[in-house]
Amino acid sequence: MGKAYKVPNTLTIMKAIEYVGYRFIRSCGCRGGFCGACTTFYRVKNDYKLQVDLACQKRVEDGMYIVQLPFIPAEKPKWDLDKMKSTTDEVIRVFPEITRCLSCNVCTQACPQDIEVMRTIQALRRGDLEDAVNLTFDCISCGACSIRCPAEITHYQVFQLARRLFGKYETIPAKHLMERVKEIEEGKFDDEVSKLMDMNLEEIKELYKKREIEK
Amino acid sequence: MKKMEIIEGYLGYMRESIEAVEKTREKRLKETFPLMSLEEREEILKKFHPDYKEEAKRPVKVGPNKGDLMPHEVADLLEAYPLVKPKEVDLSKVDFDVDVFIIGGGGAGMTAALWANYTGVDAENILIVQKLRLGDSNSIMSQGGIQTADKPNDSPVLHYLDVMGGGHFTNDQKLARRLVLDAPMLMKWHEDLGVIYDKESDGTMVTIHGGGTCRKRMHSARDYTGLEIVRNLKDEVLNKNIPILEFTSAVELLTDEHKQVAGAVLYNMETQEYYVAKAKSTVLTTGGFGRLHIQGFQTTNHYGATADGIVMAYRVGAKLRDLDSVQYHPTGAAYPEQIVGLLVTEKVRGLGAQPVNKNGEQFVYPREPRDVEASAIIRECYERNNGIETPTGMRGVWLDSPMIEILQGEGTIAEKLPAMLRQYKRFDIDMTQDPILVFPTLHFQNGGVVIKENAETHVKGLFAAGEITGGTHGKNRLMGNSILDYSVFGRIAGISAAKYAKKAKIGKLTLDHVTRYEKMLKEAGVETDRKAPILLPEYREEKVLSRALDIF
Ligand SMILES: Cc1cc2nc3c(=O)[nH]c(=O)nc-3n(C[C@H](O)[C@H](O)[C@H](O)COP(=O)(O)OP(=O)(O)OC[C@H]3O[C@@H](n4cnc5c(N)ncnc54)[C@H](O)[C@@H]3O)c2cc1C
Ligand code: SF4
Ligand code: SF4
Ligand code: FES
Repeated sequence: MGKAYKVPNTLTIMKAIEYVGYRFIRSCGCRGGFCGACTTFYRVKNDYKLQVDLACQKRVEDGMYIVQLPFIPAEKPKWDLDKMKSTTDEVIRVFPEITRCLSCNVCTQACPQDIEVMRTIQALRRGDLEDAVNLTFDCISCGACSIRCPAEITHYQVFQLARRLFGKYETIPAKHLMERVKEIEEGKFDDEVSKLMDMNLEEIKELYKKREIEK
Repeated sequence: MKKMEIIEGYLGYMRESIEAVEKTREKRLKETFPLMSLEEREEILKKFHPDYKEEAKRPVKVGPNKGDLMPHEVADLLEAYPLVKPKEVDLSKVDFDVDVFIIGGGGAGMTAALWANYTGVDAENILIVQKLRLGDSNSIMSQGGIQTADKPNDSPVLHYLDVMGGGHFTNDQKLARRLVLDAPMLMKWHEDLGVIYDKESDGTMVTIHGGGTCRKRMHSARDYTGLEIVRNLKDEVLNKNIPILEFTSAVELLTDEHKQVAGAVLYNMETQEYYVAKAKSTVLTTGGFGRLHIQGFQTTNHYGATADGIVMAYRVGAKLRDLDSVQYHPTGAAYPEQIVGLLVTEKVRGLGAQPVNKNGEQFVYPREPRDVEASAIIRECYERNNGIETPTGMRGVWLDSPMIEILQGEGTIAEKLPAMLRQYKRFDIDMTQDPILVFPTLHFQNGGVVIKENAETHVKGLFAAGEITGGTHGKNRLMGNSILDYSVFGRIAGISAAKYAKKAKIGKLTLDHVTRYEKMLKEAGVETDRKAPILLPEYREEKVLSRALDIF
């Protein structure tokens, strides 16, 4: 962040920041690459390229200049899935800006999860919701793509809507799950379960030992 | 230190051991190490599980669980003075006045908020207070999956037996019953929300084994199960306009003259200002205690897992249980240094990877209950000296991940374990080709606040759900049962809190219980400058802290 510090070269950016004496309130969440709170932009010595990675997953390098993103300035549009159709048109209706994509691919280059961000935007414009879902399943909403995008798309929100519509309407509900819910509602297991409740621990242990393990 | 050559992520001497692993692989593909008997399990636990180290615990000096053994790190927090002095807070000025107040915005908190809303509490009468950003929690990190007995060859009864056996039969049986019976309903709810579980083309759920399961009951969403569920919950909470206060922590519960809980004192982590939040019912969903680093262990947990809820609940008189038992996940990353302690999901073993020692030999069945599996790895490293030592002095055993590609087909890891693959790739290790080095890591708070079947604690007006609670899993939780736990009891807590709020009448707000607690500490001779809750762990170097000046 403009001040030079010496740190052991085995540390992640996150641990290095703590090592020199900062205490995180923002820009630190899961510490394991899952939450996208620690998005960090950096340049290394003698390289003009602006790079981005997760502070908790990236090792420090010599001469690294860093700045962290404390928040992505964007409001989440509200939607009611019950009143929506599972089409890419619906996604474009909520996020018309995706039609302004310039195909510059900066988003893809920014993504610390190696998601093909531009290809996803194109998939949505092409009408392929499923492709968009599969391509972005590992998105952790870190916002790196969105901060860099010249078309001002908030990709992670677009992808969230696409995934929810797909999950709700385009995947086949599990029949065996529905049936089990019904069986439980009808009390199919009540007798057996109340017997278990009346048993003493030794009897339960016996049952436990006898149960067969599925191969 | 001598500069050591790194070959595709590993040091030379590690490569030699990997060769031994490769040599035995073919043979191992055909044979699996046998399961232990209940007696053998008991013995290995006693000898090697960290929970059985007597010097790591002490009896708590004060409060409802006075005399109970707890890890020093937990006892230290219970025997600590409050962060805010009751005198410093003006309770006559109420900043937030709501019906249902939820402390902690992880899986349990968001589920509770949604179900309180479904039960008829308007969104604007709910408030979620969250230390970090909404959803930044242990919940977003869970990888492996969620258990539900929904297949025709399975039943809630078998699930119940597994829950009890996994917990060494110490569970609260009523809570365990609720867990298994409500499970399918909650999975169905997830499906309706739009959660994308791994399915066959006809909609059948893909399920595999987890440690201690007798049926293949583990449902997943790649190895981003927690992420997929949490982002759906989060999106729904935001769509419903449920108010959220981020980067703000609850630091103390409030009570009234009827001895019921009536909200909390909050602390804005950034401006350092306090707020008074008054509520008709309060739900604690603050999660676990991984960041206390019990016995110095590394942890898989998120940054905010500091047991704040336990401290607050204890001060208003809630009972705790089983806090003496800590879950160490058998397989935390032991190498490379940057990711030490992070989780290597149980799904890796579920898909067929075996733990093997430095000579390439198996030494334990790959899917014993977690505490047993962890103990076996500790024994292999420290009694039998068959571990591999890393440059930082840690020891670990191999988890033979390339077996997955052989057993399940090439590309399985990329498809089913993208998060794991990515994590290792970042540090130049290809887990489809090479095994990975693992050692147990602090993972889960088995015990916690005692609740009844309706998620109410022993204190009126206070509800709790998720990892903060104890009983459901007894002294050891099985994988896949805690996403389920926060779903089942998050829902129940939301509904119960909504119902309670409809009838509750809150009187005059007080912090008298805190004053009483302080008095109790003094009488018990607790002299310390420790304060709790701690809100965040301290990772700054001693060198810096010792020179810090308190100027601003
Ligand atoms: C890496 C990892 C992998 C896991 N994998 C699995 C799995 O595969 N299957 C499974 O079933 N379980 C798994 N678990 C366990 C499971 O994820 C957790 O037990 C569960 O998510 C806990 O949910 P929770 O809502 O109770 O707590 P959390 O999700 O931790 O949420 C608690 C929230 O409260 C906040 N908070 C804490 N204190 C305060 C305060 N004072 N004021 C305001 N907010 C506060 C925290 O910051 C946090 O956001 C895993 C856990 C981890 C860490
Ligand atoms: S797609 Fe965008 S928001 Fe998602 S992980 Fe990649 S850079 Fe982050
Ligand atoms: S950065 Fe924006 S404009 Fe450029 S390709 Fe990506 S989405 Fe399109
Ligand atoms: S802190 Fe969560 S991704 Fe880095």
